[in-house]
Amino acid sequence: MTIFIPTPLRPYAAGQASVEVKAATIADALASLTGSHPELRKHLYTEEGKLRAFVNLYLNDEDIRYLPAKEATSVSATDTLSIIPSIAGGC
Amino acid sequence: MSSLRLSRSIYDAMRAHGEQTYPHECCGALLGRFVPAEAACNEFGGWIVEANVRAGNTRTDSAHNRYQIAPIELVKIEREARSRGLDIAGFYHSHPDHPAQWSPTDFEEAHWLGCCYVITAVANGKATVTNSFFLAGLREEEKRFEQQTIELTGPGTELPGG
Ligand SMILES: [Zn+2]
Repeated sequence: MTIFIPTPLRPYAAGQASVEVKAATIADALASLTGSHPELRKHLYTEEGKLRAFVNLYLNDEDIRYLPAKEATSVSATDTLSIIPSIAGGC
Repeated sequence: MSSLRLSRSIYDAMRAHGEQTYPHECCGALLGRFVPAEAACNEFGGWIVEANVRAGNTRTDSAHNRYQIAPIELVKIEREARSRGLDIAGFYHSHPDHPAQWSPTDFEEAHWLGCCYVITAVANGKATVTNSFFLAGLREEEKRFEQQTIELTGPGTELPGG
């Protein structure tokens, strides 16, 4: 499957905008991504190993938080995973 | 100081968006290409913005002083950027009746390191000052906003007074 890397994280993924991984589930895909680009880990996860609160993960057009199996959801080669830091603010 | 380059039409479009949503905050994304220092003829390099995309403000509960872009909208904006061979260069929003400076909320909620956050002050429905802040730092814990110069490319590059 293809994982899309957002602009801020590309320096930690060898400058790539997308990374191809072979994976059976979303969790597999993330493990494969951080396995080949270990620097990404601290940008995606807290020290306790939880996904940072401002990092959104979308399997195609679905927020993985709302998928019944969440990160255990199975994926196919044509699926895409988007890593999307949140955008908000105010005045 | 680093700079953000964009055309007069994109600059005007962002400001018009803020006037149209007044007294609510507008928000949107900027698509462009990052130019390394040498090509940008300065020591920083910087973004050249080639398109802006309007987004909806999902903070309908407090739209006069908060904005948020739905992540699914960002997924689609990123797809649009890819199809044009561009990257997400940054984001813009407006400050209705508030200065064009980043707020503590803007800072806390800013996570796109290496991208630009453009803020337009809209006073009584008229866009006044527009500023750009580059989110510098290599990780979330070290992030900081650095003000940038906005360079308007193409015809009519004079910035309105503020
Ligand atoms: Zn703001």
